[in-house]
Amino acid sequence: MSAALGFASWALLVAGAGACLVGALGTLRMPDFYTRAHAASLVDTLGAGFVLLGLALQAGWGLVAAKLALVGLLIFFTSPAAAHALARAALGRGLQPLLFGEDAPSKR
Amino acid sequence: MRLAALAAALFAFWLLLSGIFTPFLVLSGLAAAVGVAALAWRMEVVDREGHPIHLMPGALAYWPWLVKEIVKSGWQVARIVLDPRLPISPTLVRFSPSQSTVVGLVTHANSITLTPGTLTIEAEREAFLVHALTRGGAAGLAGSEMDRRVTRLEGGP
Repeated sequence: MSAALGFASWALLVAGAGACLVGALGTLRMPDFYTRAHAASLVDTLGAGFVLLGLALQAGWGLVAAKLALVGLLIFFTSPAAAHALARAALGRGLQPLLFGEDAPSKR
Repeated sequence: MRLAALAAALFAFWLLLSGIFTPFLVLSGLAAAVGVAALAWRMEVVDREGHPIHLMPGALAYWPWLVKEIVKSGWQVARIVLDPRLPISPTLVRFSPSQSTVVGLVTHANSITLTPGTLTIEAEREAFLVHALTRGGAAGLAGSEMDRRVTRLEGGP
């Protein structure tokens, strides 16, 4: 593996890890369920995406990279469906989102 | 045509996951792919909705744009999370999408959810209910560029 490729791979891995970290931090900081879902979506889009790309660069052209691409495709199609199902179920059960302009809830 | 594409896709999937190219395994994979395609044909699920190959050329043009949007709004959400003041203004917005097919509507709703900062809660033919992390994100949803691009992808209204 050339140095440039190795550097790009590690940069992507670090960026993905950073996105996961920020997503986790956001999930803790956000005030209610729906806003937390936004922060969590950072993890399965940017986090997973960058890490998979970085790993594909490590693997080089071949079956492993193709399998990583399949994992990415799976996440790409399933994660929005899961997020949508969660949010819809939450609203269906009567969990009202905290909206801008209303009183902030007391800190838990 | 659609049936052949399904069998080919299943066969490629088999080869990819197996990675062992002995004649017996390759032939088994081929038989399994053709068998599953035949079952799907008998179940009448190989239609424009179940296996939308006619959208592939459009999708290949749409996905890179979508990835760019995901990275852009992901960056914005990351900045909001890291901002000590946590400058969020959560908003619910209801608007009508311009797609006419089910695949188009699902693509649009999924794209909204994939983009960090917006989350589709209800997706009906007449209206989408979307939760946005900021008012700015909510304002850009109705008649957005994403809406136009997905409509173009499904073949126009």
